[in-house]
Amino acid sequence: MTSLPATTNKKLGLVIDLDICVGCHACATSCKEWNTGGYSAPLSDHDPYGGDPSGAWLNRVHAFEVGEGANAKTVHFPRSCLHCETPDCVTVCPTGASYKREEDGIVLVNPDTCIGCKLCSWACPYGAREYDYDDGVMKKCTLCVDRIYNESIPEVDRIPACVRACPTGARGFGDLGDPDSDVSKNVAARGGYNLLDEFGYKPVNKYLPPRAPVSVAGTKSDRPAEQVPKPDGSAVERLFAWADQALSR
Amino acid sequence: MLTVPMKKGAPVSGEPVIDLSVPVGDKVEKTTCYMCACRCGINVHLRDGKVRYIEGNRDHPVNKGVLCGKGSAGIMQHYSPARLRAPMKRVGPRGSGQFEEISWDEALGLATDWLSDVRKKDPKQLAFFTGRDQSQSLTGLWAMQFGTPNFAAHGGFCSVNMAAGGLYTFGGAFWEFGDPDWELTKYFMLFGVAEDHASNPIKMGIGLLKERGAKIVSVNPVRTGYNAVADEWVGIRPGTDGLFVGALIHELFRNQTVDLDYLVRYTNAPWLVIEDPGAKDHGLFARGEDGDPLVYDKASGGFASAMRVDTTPALTGVRTLEDGRKARPVFELMAERYLGDEYSPAAVASQIGVAAEDIRRIAKELANVAFEQEIVLDQPWTDWAGRRHEKMIGRPVSMHAMRGISAHSNGFHTCRLIHILQILLGSIDCPGGFRYKPPYPKQAPPWLLPHGALQDIRPEEPLGGPHLGFPLGPQHLLIDDDKPARIDKGFSWDAPMSAHGLMHMVINNAAKQDPYKIDVLFMYMANMAWNSSMNVPGTIENLTAKDDNGDYVIPKIIYSDAYYSEMVPYADLILPDTTYLERWDCISLLDRPISTAEMAADSIRHPVVKPDRDVRGFQEVLIDLAARLGFPAFTNEDGSAKFPGGYPDYMVNHERKPGVGPLAGWRGKDGSRVGRGDPNPDQLQRYLENGAFFAHELTPEQAYFKHANKAYLEWAVDVGFRTVAKPTIFQLYCEPLQAFRLAAEGHGERQPPESHRERIRTYFDPLPFWYQPFEEAMVADGDYPLHAITQRPMHMYHSWGSQNAWLRQITAANRLYIHHDLGKSVGVKDDDWVWLASHQGRVKCQVRLMDGCNRDTVWTWNAIGKRRGAWGLDDDSPEANQGFLLNHLISELLPEGGGGYRYSNSDPITGQAAWFDLRVSIKRADGDGETEPRFEPTARGGLPPSPDKLAYGEEFKKADR
Repeated sequence: MTSLPATTNKKLGLVIDLDICVGCHACATSCKEWNTGGYSAPLSDHDPYGGDPSGAWLNRVHAFEVGEGANAKTVHFPRSCLHCETPDCVTVCPTGASYKREEDGIVLVNPDTCIGCKLCSWACPYGAREYDYDDGVMKKCTLCVDRIYNESIPEVDRIPACVRACPTGARGFGDLGDPDSDVSKNVAARGGYNLLDEFGYKPVNKYLPPRAPVSVAGTKSDRPAEQVPKPDGSAVERLFAWADQALSR
Repeated sequence: MLTVPMKKGAPVSGEPVIDLSVPVGDKVEKTTCYMCACRCGINVHLRDGKVRYIEGNRDHPVNKGVLCGKGSAGIMQHYSPARLRAPMKRVGPRGSGQFEEISWDEALGLATDWLSDVRKKDPKQLAFFTGRDQSQSLTGLWAMQFGTPNFAAHGGFCSVNMAAGGLYTFGGAFWEFGDPDWELTKYFMLFGVAEDHASNPIKMGIGLLKERGAKIVSVNPVRTGYNAVADEWVGIRPGTDGLFVGALIHELFRNQTVDLDYLVRYTNAPWLVIEDPGAKDHGLFARGEDGDPLVYDKASGGFASAMRVDTTPALTGVRTLEDGRKARPVFELMAERYLGDEYSPAAVASQIGVAAEDIRRIAKELANVAFEQEIVLDQPWTDWAGRRHEKMIGRPVSMHAMRGISAHSNGFHTCRLIHILQILLGSIDCPGGFRYKPPYPKQAPPWLLPHGALQDIRPEEPLGGPHLGFPLGPQHLLIDDDKPARIDKGFSWDAPMSAHGLMHMVINNAAKQDPYKIDVLFMYMANMAWNSSMNVPGTIENLTAKDDNGDYVIPKIIYSDAYYSEMVPYADLILPDTTYLERWDCISLLDRPISTAEMAADSIRHPVVKPDRDVRGFQEVLIDLAARLGFPAFTNEDGSAKFPGGYPDYMVNHERKPGVGPLAGWRGKDGSRVGRGDPNPDQLQRYLENGAFFAHELTPEQAYFKHANKAYLEWAVDVGFRTVAKPTIFQLYCEPLQAFRLAAEGHGERQPPESHRERIRTYFDPLPFWYQPFEEAMVADGDYPLHAITQRPMHMYHSWGSQNAWLRQITAANRLYIHHDLGKSVGVKDDDWVWLASHQGRVKCQVRLMDGCNRDTVWTWNAIGKRRGAWGLDDDSPEANQGFLLNHLISELLPEGGGGYRYSNSDPITGQAAWFDLRVSIKRADGDGETEPRFEPTARGGLPPSPDKLAYGEEFKKADR
């Protein structure tokens, strides 16, 4: 069994805005693309051109409909490791391969010591761990640990690939342990919440709920609806009288 | 592995030491994405010559660093096992997929023989149609030089209603020609935009609107994607958007909430229309001796040229012209039409499926935002007449529309209605409104006529001008008597204003030899034997039809594609294209611009990876063929090739007119000129240094009112975008339509044949109106009570081939989405099989139930279904066994109408393919199983078997360790 650090210096994580996510899968494919050649390389695909294509993805987007009748709409829900503060996926690991970094709270798997027993994936209620059948080890979101500190890439790009790609700006990255960080302030302002909070794993990642729909007032120029406006009758005459003003070009 | 302890992210004792600063690759190349039509800038990270990672280019005007789900899956497109490997010659029957690989020498020799034979004999016997072509300024020039009238790209089945509707109305259009003012708009209406068109710009824009709290209203039968995040969903019945918009206009007029100043200043609302029924000029503008349209000037109490600015034009009042005839301003005609009963919210509500009070409320919201929340920018500007204005006044309402409007047979008029709504609100090219992207606006309509009349087609001679243009009346049709000059019957009485051609009719017409026989069909990147054709079984029959001698009716088919698509097996000669990372390309302002509202921009692609196959970029091949065929623009006087350096040579050195070439940036010998200037031998180097694009930013003074802004118009003339610095005047009333109508009413030398007369008279209305889509009007309502439409999923929109190993893990089989209520009445639940039938045929498919869908509408993801044998997919792939196409149900011809003539299933004005007019019935299918129809598998075209496992990136890891 593996122990967790008592505290972490930072709580790095993602903030995902469900009000803005349109379900384009950019976060999923950019994640796949970065990580299949990065720390978790490769993210294998089985039967990629056949009857049952499947592979290891560290981030997936689920689409489902919520609401009924006129209120029904499709919600797009990106899902990846939430880098919980007290995750069972780490403590169940028999080899110490699963660990939570004391520096920043990122939950990682050491591929050199992972034996592929899958206990961690059973322990994770979020289904965030991905077993790579080809490699025989467990893989998961690393928060792009090989990007965020990478001194070989420009500073502005030292963010997870999914945040870098997201076209709508629905993903934020930062220290959720620091109340003054942009992500923390956004969570506070928007009522960000924990996924399945009742399990008590204290996920670091937060989801921002859809905003209330914007409402707009009507114009003051408001005439009562006419049952049958006549093209040769009052509505036309009134409009023409109004439009008969001196208008210079 | 050497590990270097880092300042940040350093492990504490006991944790594994990991290298946090592994360089991404050994090289970064900036180029342009081609995973869809948006043409975003990308940084391609390479390692040992392999693609390690593709990300968005932060400096690029289109995507500003972001990259969508397709762009980020580009690696799998580039390394797809379905890539063609070498030129091929068909050896089995058409459709069998039996080919033999040949050399490029043999392939180009064969193509040259076939093509030069046609060019010597009768150039129109070549039909050259390109699909998702992003180089139409080159492919169009090539076809002009060949001398055939038969050229177009895929616009005819994509969005010509949007393009033509916009260009005839206000010299611009949605998407590539303009964008909402994402920074300032407060109210955004999105019409008929599925999860597509455009990709990253719309996503970025929606993100901005959400952050700012602007209201988003989506008008769409389906509530997914962008529509799912909208603040309000108007779940309209397909094909009735024109009624909805007409009712909004009705309400704006009724409430007197239209921008009269704007109408007088920028539109033809005060122009006088002759009222003299039966006369040859009835319904045309009253004009002065100089040809200018007339207005009635209230200040002087007389008529004046509409172009004068020192007048007080009347918007109302019947006037008596000098010849004693009556004339009325456009404004009056409009108001009478849209204030009519048929456009009242109460009258349209049940037809469109939107409550009257909601229509009234939305009209009031539009008026509130436009007039009571106006934006004032402290930015002086000078109008075209030289008058200085201290401020820019904005009406912050913006709109965007796409396939759901354009793919109906009433789409042209519906599109015009949307633009008229925008114009009545004063929201075209103002702060917060819709903004043109240079080189737009053009004149309305653009000063460009179609070329290719039969008398202009001569052996071995180029055509006199571009194929596609904007007729102003019957005199500009490409007909000889009534016989169409073009194989697709573009610019004929069937589709007089078909500004993008009718690619969807080419194969059908060629097989019927109507209007004439062709010898060579040459296509590029157009999957006509599958998801790019209406009526796939019929199209396949047409491609394989034989005459009495046993010869193919379409004798020779040449096709270029990068992948083994369903179309490949039907061609006789295959010219294999490269992937987008292996090619030169030119995203030209002469073509489909990538500009934004703030800047004029163009870009290039360049080879960032060397092909590992015997393939060549299609444009490279075209330039080679052009030299072999001796086209004047591609050869020197001694007959040698003018562009021996191929496509890059052409991109730099071709001049369309003096000083204007494919690329606008760094022109002139020293690279100092924008738009117009001598060819610069270092031009491509400058593009490469700048990240593969060029952008010229407009000044704040030029930023808005571009249709009437002196500083902008003069600059546009200077760089070659416009010919004169005159304003673009919005054509609420579209006079060219009346010119066609007058012909139908018996005026002029060129009149439609009797069979077409009533149709032209009815639909060529100079003021837009709504009419029932043709298929709906022609098939019995009870037989086919439902609408069926499609959209592309965001992760596949406009992408070329869903064989992509990553993307197909997201969607490998489509379902038919239906409303829960419909599911109940049919007696089906999720994944049950149903038969979906139209007047054309039937398809067996699986359903998925939902609520966020118009109750009269079923829909599915398009182009997921694949034919067995194609795209390098295994025979048991879901795409081929559960995936299905609605194309099988859509006829390319309408049912027989009066007189037995079958028109194409298209808009009567533009010829736009009416995909979304489809009407269907649904019933439960017994048992489970597989989709129907399924076609015989084709052979795999000699491709090696696709791998059963991928471990992309393994090699990078090995290199690190």
